[in-house]
Amino acid sequence: MWAFIHKLGSPKWFYAISARLEPWFWALAAVLIVAGTVWGLAFAPADYQQGNSFRIIYIHVPAAFLAQSVFISMAAAGLVFMVWKIKIADMAAKVMAPFGAAMTFVALFSGAVWGVPTWGTWWMWDARLTSMLILLFLYLGVIALRGAFASRDGGARAASVLAMVGVINIPIIKYSVDWWYTLHQPATFSVTSRPAMPVDMWLPLLVMVLGFYSFFIALTLMRTRSEILRREFRKRWVRELFQEAR
Amino acid sequence: MLRSRGEVINPLVFFALVITLFPIGISPDPDLLQRIAPGLLWVAALLAALLSLDSLFRGDFDDGSLEQLLLAPQPLAALALAKVAVHWLLTGLPLSLMAPVLGVMLSLPAGSYGVLALSLALGSATLSLIGAIGAALTVGLARGGVLLSLLVLPLYIPVLIFGAGAVQAAIMGDGAGAHLAILGALLATSLALAPWAVAAALRISLNG
Repeated sequence: MWAFIHKLGSPKWFYAISARLEPWFWALAAVLIVAGTVWGLAFAPADYQQGNSFRIIYIHVPAAFLAQSVFISMAAAGLVFMVWKIKIADMAAKVMAPFGAAMTFVALFSGAVWGVPTWGTWWMWDARLTSMLILLFLYLGVIALRGAFASRDGGARAASVLAMVGVINIPIIKYSVDWWYTLHQPATFSVTSRPAMPVDMWLPLLVMVLGFYSFFIALTLMRTRSEILRREFRKRWVRELFQEAR
Repeated sequence: MLRSRGEVINPLVFFALVITLFPIGISPDPDLLQRIAPGLLWVAALLAALLSLDSLFRGDFDDGSLEQLLLAPQPLAALALAKVAVHWLLTGLPLSLMAPVLGVMLSLPAGSYGVLALSLALGSATLSLIGAIGAALTVGLARGGVLLSLLVLPLYIPVLIFGAGAVQAAIMGDGAGAHLAILGALLATSLALAPWAVAAALRISLNG
């Protein structure tokens, strides 16, 4: 097991292993997302209160899940990079950041679209919404900080520190729902009250969530591999790889 | 920081100026001002503290004494904590002492001045600690000022929520104890963790 993890830290091994894993995750993501979309949009029953508008949930909730998990994975990768100096971890952290920012934006945007029919407003200074906006700013900060450094290693380590500091904010963000002093607390759709939903409503949601996670893994593998090629193009194994292909 | 007086005075003047803008820009109506005063005072104080952050390590970086701090036999985290403590004494503490005066101008009710000053004193110490991480990360960059606010402001938001919440609770007569306790907890957490992050960030900024 440890030998396997050590091998993963080597760009060459990671490139080879992820090349084998990547198609499976793409296939899994495609199957789950297509199945979840069709199931959720066409077959799941309409909500008794919100009608068909609740179907935004099938995009909104997976995106919101990913927005938070990607930040945590990014911080974990940053920690691995800082402690064990494993280059792959930093490459993964680098390619995760824009995807996490995009997912946060998707969650915010779909939430705003959903807000119009249910709350009658595009935006509300609700704790959940505000905290997601903060998360977006955190992502943008990490991306901007990495870009601001002239040296790649400096930017990598600075972004790792910021991601690790920022991850402390995630539980604060999560529990801000209970702390925020605003009097208006609009009813937010709570995932913890899953049994309150009928099975044929939350099962497609589960499929979508798993599909989004597979998509995240597949995309991270793919972009990490291209990042490996970009950084290691002078190494002999990369040259040999492309000479074989030619 | 004491060597340049302006850097001590500037945040205070900025704080007073920003607060002056609101009654002119929104409305001089005392009832309205009283309602929004906790948030205004806290946001303005937070921005004033942010303004002073960029100079926290900048001077030492420019004249090379930051490198001497890195080479010193004392742990870098302890030195960073000392710098942050000085920063708080010269910006956070004066800001919190000045806030009640501005509170009078915003017709804040009399009973809340103590809570306002206390919440700002506790909160601004946390702001200095968190801000020092951002300042240390950006000190090596030529134009780090705007980036610094992008990095630091999202992390300031919990402090802002409980700081303004404490003053709000004092006005409502609910008792601000719980909010102040959480501000204290945030301070204790950042006191324990931030110096290490600042030290790591300084090493990154100086070594590339």
